[in-house]
Amino acid sequence: MCSLALFPPPLPYGQSTLCESNNELLSGTNVEDGQNQESSPLSLYFPRESLKLHSRTESSSKAAFLDHSETLWMRSAAAWRDGGLTGLLTEITNSYTEVPKWLSMSSGCTLALLRSVSSLHGSLFPHLTLSSEDMIAEFSQVLDWSDCVVRAFAWHPHADKFALALLDDSIKIYNPKSATTPTLKHRLQRSVAAVQWKPLCASALAVACQNCLLVWHVDPCSLSTRPSSGCAQVLSHPGHSPVTSIAWSPSGSLLVSASPVDTAVMIWDVAAESCVPLQRVGGGGVTFLSWSPDGSHVLASTPSALFRVWETRMWTCERWPCVKGRCQSGCWSPDGSRLLFTVQGETVIYALTFTDTPAGIPSSTSKGPQAASVVADLSETTFTTADGDIIVGGEIQSLVWDPRGERLAVLLKGDSQSTDRPAIIAVFKTRTSPIFELLPCGFVQGEPDAEPRLMQFHPNFQHGALLTVCWSTGRITHVPFYFLSAGVPHFGLSGSPLLPRPQDGPSVLAGQSLFSELLS
Amino acid sequence: MFSTEQSCWFIRKVICWRAAASIAWAVLLLPPITAVFVILSRFSLLHPIHTISECFSLLMSASAIFSFILLCGVIIMVGFLNLEYYTVIPTIACSKIAMFGQLLHPRQFVNTLVHCIMGIIVAWCCAVTIGGRYETLGYPCTQSDGSTQMCLNEYHLILLLAGAFVGFSHSLLGVIYNMNYVSFTTVQQYKYLRFKGSLPLVVKCSATQALYSIRNYIVVYFFLGHIPRAWICKTLNLHLNSSIHTLDSIAGLLDLSLLYHMWISATFLLFTWYITLLLFRIFVTEVYSFPVQSSFTEDAHQCLPKVLSEKQSVIVKFLALQDLALLSQHSPSRRCEVFSLSQPGGHPHNWNSISRECLSLLADLTQRLVAYHDTVATNGRAKSLSTGSERKSSSGTSVTSGTEEFMSPRPTLLMKTPASVFARSIGRGQQSPLTAPFTPELDSPFTSPSLRRLTAPLEQCSPWYGTVQSPHVMRRAPKLWSASTDSQINGSCPPSPASVPSPQQETSKPSLLTQFLQNRKEQVKNFLAKRVLIMYLFNKLPEASSQALFADSQAHIWALEGLSYLVQASFSEDQFGVVQTTLPSILSCMLGLQEAVDRHFKLPHASSKPLRWSSSMGDSTYKTLRFALRATLKTAIYRITTTFGDHLNAVQVSTEHQKRLQQFLEYKE
Repeated sequence: MCSLALFPPPLPYGQSTLCESNNELLSGTNVEDGQNQESSPLSLYFPRESLKLHSRTESSSKAAFLDHSETLWMRSAAAWRDGGLTGLLTEITNSYTEVPKWLSMSSGCTLALLRSVSSLHGSLFPHLTLSSEDMIAEFSQVLDWSDCVVRAFAWHPHADKFALALLDDSIKIYNPKSATTPTLKHRLQRSVAAVQWKPLCASALAVACQNCLLVWHVDPCSLSTRPSSGCAQVLSHPGHSPVTSIAWSPSGSLLVSASPVDTAVMIWDVAAESCVPLQRVGGGGVTFLSWSPDGSHVLASTPSALFRVWETRMWTCERWPCVKGRCQSGCWSPDGSRLLFTVQGETVIYALTFTDTPAGIPSSTSKGPQAASVVADLSETTFTTADGDIIVGGEIQSLVWDPRGERLAVLLKGDSQSTDRPAIIAVFKTRTSPIFELLPCGFVQGEPDAEPRLMQFHPNFQHGALLTVCWSTGRITHVPFYFLSAGVPHFGLSGSPLLPRPQDGPSVLAGQSLFSELLS
Repeated sequence: MFSTEQSCWFIRKVICWRAAASIAWAVLLLPPITAVFVILSRFSLLHPIHTISECFSLLMSASAIFSFILLCGVIIMVGFLNLEYYTVIPTIACSKIAMFGQLLHPRQFVNTLVHCIMGIIVAWCCAVTIGGRYETLGYPCTQSDGSTQMCLNEYHLILLLAGAFVGFSHSLLGVIYNMNYVSFTTVQQYKYLRFKGSLPLVVKCSATQALYSIRNYIVVYFFLGHIPRAWICKTLNLHLNSSIHTLDSIAGLLDLSLLYHMWISATFLLFTWYITLLLFRIFVTEVYSFPVQSSFTEDAHQCLPKVLSEKQSVIVKFLALQDLALLSQHSPSRRCEVFSLSQPGGHPHNWNSISRECLSLLADLTQRLVAYHDTVATNGRAKSLSTGSERKSSSGTSVTSGTEEFMSPRPTLLMKTPASVFARSIGRGQQSPLTAPFTPELDSPFTSPSLRRLTAPLEQCSPWYGTVQSPHVMRRAPKLWSASTDSQINGSCPPSPASVPSPQQETSKPSLLTQFLQNRKEQVKNFLAKRVLIMYLFNKLPEASSQALFADSQAHIWALEGLSYLVQASFSEDQFGVVQTTLPSILSCMLGLQEAVDRHFKLPHASSKPLRWSSSMGDSTYKTLRFALRATLKTAIYRITTTFGDHLNAVQVSTEHQKRLQQFLEYKE
């Protein structure tokens, strides 16, 4: 079961991981690394200084203008428009010299009542007291989101291109085959928490923003570098902001979105711009969504110690209460039968296994498992290297599984304050059939003083798996894992199926298996 | 005969039972709704406990039970009307005059009348339940001369009339917002959860709608209230109490308690009706699982392939297509039945008939779009080119000769609003003068670019009148509006030359007369242009023609989904290769439709998004169906190309389509 101790030790200072080949991770020094970066067109570098940031928000510009006295009616109308009911009440209470005494008194009382109710609500669900930026940072899959240069990243599920959201709220689309890199900007595109391409479509990109959802339609043949904001569909629903997580259905027909403020998961029919809220009591919001690759289940985690697994045929859900904290991250096996997830405050990875519904019964929910099993323990482990002791392990920020189900990357939070507890990516080798197995592979590290912030696997890399990592320095690197696929090709993959071949040296690895269903 | 029997089977066994179940649920929900209404209407802040105990005693009383029975009758009637008037393909009025035509249709008139009467009944029940000053219509009063007479209780009357007015406006808005349109959701949920999810919306809708209706009613009553009052007094031999002032005055109407009671009664009325409507929609659109094949021949007509080819009843066809789309996505065993061969003979009958039906649906839409685009495009060009040359010189040779313009007739005088029966009669009545403003002339005051486009579909008949017309276009013409109901077919483009106004026949005469006629026409046009009312009535509503074209696209969406999922599954599940034989025709059909849809969306107004209003029970899904169809079509093609990849190069399609497929394979669409 344990753990990180079986992993090879982290690389010495100055070296970074290049690729996996012949079952071991190869590393290189910084110089080599730099050359490698230049050769690959998709490796990008965004220095923090190059980005023009918003110096101040719209509301703070108010202070730059002289106070202008308006009539009470005008001010009340403005307050109603800007701040709703509470704004209006505050305005009336504040201008007690102009309104009748009873009105200012009663509005003051109502305001106090509203505040006490909302504070009661806030004490039940503490996350509601956060500002929307803090809320995104808290629930994002990205490590230290607010300080991140690259805030969101998404590979296109079929074509060889990706989109990334930067700190200055712009989105860039890179395609190695085309010279143009479209930059997407929109008035409403603030604090991007997630981006995702629509499957079975070349052009649609969904963006989770602070106040709404945007769906960009970027024509891949267009030569324009700045598509107009007319190319974006705005999807918004009152009370559904900030949006922290989105997920397209693998069939490309539906989009689900979640907000920690809203207890409902929204299912959008993007073309019709209509939504169906799926409301369930409990949890106080929805923070993270993940659609299983076969389209049968959706994981929805809440800010409290509870997550749900929705079944997508009739949209019923199973409740999964956790013991310790909320579900921080999760990922599905390629066939959608296994869910791995992590819980905040714990250092282990859990697995849930879903068996398929008996075919032909149209409306039965899938019979879920009874309890989650622990498959890996990532508690802190000390490695002694030439540069001193390094402690690796602890809480997990995010999990990603490659589309063939052979490599599992785990982003460990570490501790940014102390130098000997770096945030690091641990990669496992996995096998899902005939039995589920977890084997150690190694750590992925970048150049010195770069922290991994965000990672994603390429959806169809021919020679194995390709892990894309966004670093705190603003660099984006791609780490290939070269291997021959042992499993069956994943669902819907184009081309002829790959021949199953035994994994190299299974006897060597069998000795250090971390988890196997046979053992548990 | 066989298919009639079959649709009867379905309507009788499924739809009617579903409607009955929805009505039963609505009746079951009536007691709690009434209880809430009673509490809200009689609640007083000062004596809360007293009110509640009073309410309970009221609910047990005989009059309450009697009015409850009446309310049940009303609910059953509303449910019956829902069943009678529902449609899965919305009727889209293309202009204001067509809308009036719908409103004045006899069928609609009956509907309105019944709703008014039901409104009065519900209002009477409300008046009895609220009690107090509302309870009876007459009361004994002493006149100024000391004699005792029966006097009219105007509070009772105003409540009854409010009920009638709300019923009237409900029926009216039902037409305007297409409230009888039943849409199918993309997200399948259990009935209870769907109901629970839409309940807040229904509460909100009924409250706001009641507010608006009561506001309008107060205005009407203020001005016209004395008429029904006098009439009631006269017929029932009641007197007006001269000691209290009448209610159609500002002081009388500014009674907060009266307003509140009217509003809460209207909300109650609308809420019960909306709940019935909502339940009906939920029950009717529930998925019905048809068997793919049956081992008994007597059940063969209930199987999916047979039901799909059903022409009689649209709802059956829709439910079958919905079932097809779902089975192709979720159910491997039923897909297996679709791909199976018939036992003696070994023919893939199931797949053949299913694919044929879906393909014919899609081909029909393609044809409709092409015909529409042809008409619009030719009319657009007719401004600069002559009518005669436009069809033949497709290469765009600019034959802009003034003489030819006079030579060729411009039969744009006929008012052709497709959905309007009413409009046709007007068009006959006063032919050229009325319709003259619809000729898109560059110098006319109507030549805002949008309007020019708007008027273009009006003249859809024009290319077919006159000299050089290809016969197949003629044949296609009535197809243009066949998407919608019968009335639209009736209203569309009668290609008979008889309807062409007589002055037009003389256009080929010496040009002096033509000139004269042209001048007159201009004058009439300018004259009419200043008449705002006529403009208002005959203006094309923007994007309405586009909406009408795609009104039944839900069926096409399901056909596309069903076909593409089946083709995708056939890659691994089709043992006998039955799908491979139809793959070329499926691909070329989809690509052809893709082309037509792309061309359609290049037209102005076709890609403009409709405004949405959320606080209405009317379903506006039909307004965005064309966008949904476009997205589904692209996804469907991508689904096939992604599954088959480069194998598609071996499929025999035309070179154009091959090119298009290559674009899809490279993800460049």
